[in-house]
Amino acid sequence: MSKFKKKANTKQDIPTSALPDIIFMLLFFFMVTTVLREVTINVKQRIPDATQLRKLQRKSLVSYLYIGEPKKTDQWGSEPRVQANDVFIEPSDVILWVTTEKDKLNEVERDQITIAMKVDREAKRGLVADVELELRKANARKLLYTTLQEMEE
Amino acid sequence: MARNKGRDNPEINSSSMADIAFLLLIFFLVTTTIANDRGLSLQLPPNPEDIENIDIKIPERNLFKIQINSADRLLVEGEPFEQDVTEIKEMIKDFVLNNGRDPESSDSPKDAIVSLKTDRGTSQERYIEVLDEIQGAYYDMYAARIGVTNKEWRDIASDLTDPENRRLYDEGRGLKDGKLEYPMNLSIAEPSKTGGG
Repeated sequence: MSKFKKKANTKQDIPTSALPDIIFMLLFFFMVTTVLREVTINVKQRIPDATQLRKLQRKSLVSYLYIGEPKKTDQWGSEPRVQANDVFIEPSDVILWVTTEKDKLNEVERDQITIAMKVDREAKRGLVADVELELRKANARKLLYTTLQEMEE
Repeated sequence: MARNKGRDNPEINSSSMADIAFLLLIFFLVTTTIANDRGLSLQLPPNPEDIENIDIKIPERNLFKIQINSADRLLVEGEPFEQDVTEIKEMIKDFVLNNGRDPESSDSPKDAIVSLKTDRGTSQERYIEVLDEIQGAYYDMYAARIGVTNKEWRDIASDLTDPENRRLYDEGRGLKDGKLEYPMNLSIAEPSKTGGG
């Protein structure tokens, strides 16, 4: 009898002392690979896929424009709009916006400003082309259509 | 043995450590976005007001025309195009590397121009799809010229601060006496008003 009792006394917990380390590892991974949200995006962003992606080298030279259908359709309507920073702008305001974005950069780097356009896949070319025309007028001619990597077979 | 008697176990209870770390993790997951700085890069032409309005005659054979209408249907070289979009890539490669063999196709890679015209009602998705194929065709050609894969070529083109990359980049595009032998002549016309092609 006494022999059986001793066996039942074996430890049964799973050691969890390494759990915090595992979670911390995950935490650091996410802290390194992600960036803090700077703007609240008020337009729908279903980013199209493409295969021929290129990477941006200098993040400091990049300004973002968001184009798509507003999320709050009852307030802003369902026509695609252009969002810069936190507000909706008209294509005619793009020149002014580019100027303020350029002012944030070093004088020598102002010509190298890159505009990354995050365009919803349902947005129409007409609006995007209007914005492009304004960008040409504002002499911000480096453009990037943000896309996702398409899975290749 | 007797010395240990009556002393408390000097261990800090760390079982809640995992919970704290989880809380932090979830906080970061919610407040951050995964950095996405990749996409199709494009150089826009200069301000239309600065360009002198010269009528340049381009022979029909040196133009590869792609048109997309408001219903996202394609017209390639004047013919309705119902096949898979990926076939455009091979067509462009044949067109650019024709070097005057086929009298219907381009004279030389230098003269070859790919023209992409959309309608104001064309969706961005379709446009990106076609632009992707056009750029892919050129990147494939450049990559083949210096014997690297398409992916390696794009990595080279993304980082031109490295002199070795710069050299390969110029070699791939055939830079000779300040002129490119294989320029990516991509003309993106202003979208037409709705209805037209």
